[in-house]
Amino acid sequence: MSELAKLTIAAARDGLKQKTFSAVELADAHCAAMEKARALNAYVLETPERARIMAKASDARIAKGEAGPLEGIPLAIKDLFCTQGVRTTACSHILDNFVPTYESTVSGQLWRDGAVLLGKTNNDEFAMGSSNETSFMGAVTSPWRRKGSNTPLVPGGSSGGSAAAVAAHLALGATGTDTGGSIRQPAAFTGIVGLKPTYGRCSRWGVVAFASSLDQAGPFARTVRDTAIMLRSMAGYDPKDTTSVDVPVPDYEAAVGQSVKGRRIGIPKEYRIDGMPEEIERLWQQGREWLEAAGAELVEVSLPHTKYALPAYYIVAPAEASSNLARYDGVRYGLRVPGRDIIGMYEGTRAEGFGKEVRRRIMIGTYVLSAGYYDAYYLQAQKVRTLIKQDFEACFAQGIDAMLTPATPSAAFGVGEKGGADPIEMYLNDVFTVTVNMAGLPGIAVPAGLDGQGLPLGLQLIGRPFDEETLFSLGQVIEDAAGRFTPERWWA
Amino acid sequence: MSVDATTVRRIAHLARIAVADDEVEHLRGEINAILAFVEQLSEVDVSHVEPMTSVMPMEMKKRADVVTDGGDAEAVLRNAPVTERNYFLVPKVVE
Repeated sequence: MSELAKLTIAAARDGLKQKTFSAVELADAHCAAMEKARALNAYVLETPERARIMAKASDARIAKGEAGPLEGIPLAIKDLFCTQGVRTTACSHILDNFVPTYESTVSGQLWRDGAVLLGKTNNDEFAMGSSNETSFMGAVTSPWRRKGSNTPLVPGGSSGGSAAAVAAHLALGATGTDTGGSIRQPAAFTGIVGLKPTYGRCSRWGVVAFASSLDQAGPFARTVRDTAIMLRSMAGYDPKDTTSVDVPVPDYEAAVGQSVKGRRIGIPKEYRIDGMPEEIERLWQQGREWLEAAGAELVEVSLPHTKYALPAYYIVAPAEASSNLARYDGVRYGLRVPGRDIIGMYEGTRAEGFGKEVRRRIMIGTYVLSAGYYDAYYLQAQKVRTLIKQDFEACFAQGIDAMLTPATPSAAFGVGEKGGADPIEMYLNDVFTVTVNMAGLPGIAVPAGLDGQGLPLGLQLIGRPFDEETLFSLGQVIEDAAGRFTPERWWA
Repeated sequence: MSVDATTVRRIAHLARIAVADDEVEHLRGEINAILAFVEQLSEVDVSHVEPMTSVMPMEMKKRADVVTDGGDAEAVLRNAPVTERNYFLVPKVVE
């Protein structure tokens, strides 16, 4: 494999600036890697011709001295982001022929800054899943394997294709979306960095909606610095999204490498859950020691409503999904299955177009919003959500700058291993990440070690609203101590 | 709370998703498993708690009430399964 695909975004940026290589060479190296890695099913659409055109334009801008902050950087885009003229499916049968006539704000800002599109990456259907196995385009195979085993593992989800692509060196970075952990959990499973920004930091416009009060776009990359570089381009106020927040976008990269001396880091005691593997406990302890060695002060804190976050999530998210996905009716776009009358057409279209998990969540959402049940379920869950947010606010008010927790309750599991009989088994994957979405906070997953079977494990840092910078500073401390993790190439 | 087969059919109809007879029992089991899981929320005392309505507290921005886009029927209809003369076509809905 070409050395160019192994670079970080920061190093590629320097190489392009110094004209050590061209953007076209960088794009070609990635297109070749992408083609050889089809066994992973990380991409659902490769766009090599477009990559070449965009890279040529980047080279021209670099030659003229007009390079943008991401000029010539080849990226993968989760198939939940609408890309103008490039098929966007949310990995659902109901959208499998959809070609947007517009560009999502976040991807548009990446192209504005010079980035190059490599292709669209696989995800759980409508981002509903924690293993990328609910995709209509098939499961993604993680580039990681257990030591001495050929068992295919999941990359996590829902942004599993993006995580696998970045971990396997098929893109320098990728976009994801995170509704309950869909960036941080796959980042942890594949040994890369993934950030969910504060709710409102990135525009949701043009991103296929799942649960609008929880969805947030964010970056994947192989280093903390690279995610900081990407976030600067992705973030910003957008008048087309009324929940996007009009606060300035800082130079996130400047926070990377900043001292964390004297920063107060909360260790939430409720995250010490029953049956947590010893390896996860050890990793968490290790993380505390690294931050302490860097001068941070560790404080045990309490987030008493933590255990209610997941059940509340499984009311709020399906409720919002049932409303958002009402638009797929076979009339304006996507699949249409003819029926006896218009109701028959709706019902047939949605039965055939949605997969099992999506149908299940729409039905749960429909039930909790239906007459007579709204107060007992949805209203109760939104009140619990207020309590979850207040737990965090109380800690921040006591001077806590960020929290350190494990990112996932285990390392990656095998394809087909979980959730077959009981949907709750799969849902429990998000137990450490979902609180962050419920409270709208920023969270980052940083690779921190390997388990006994040689699989990556991640730590999560949770920050104050709009204080992604602190997460980048702290994340860099972990990266410096833990090092970086690369899967051994077994494909092609 | 748990749902019976009639409720499963009613929910499916409200959600406009066709459900075959042999799917009902399985769906009922899955929905009840999820309802049992979320049941624990009822033990939380929320008597003096406001429901969350806005994730980030802020005043919603309003734009000027002017036309900013439109007049492009071709783009609007491009992904539609069936169209005719700039209209979306659906099965007959009035007798």
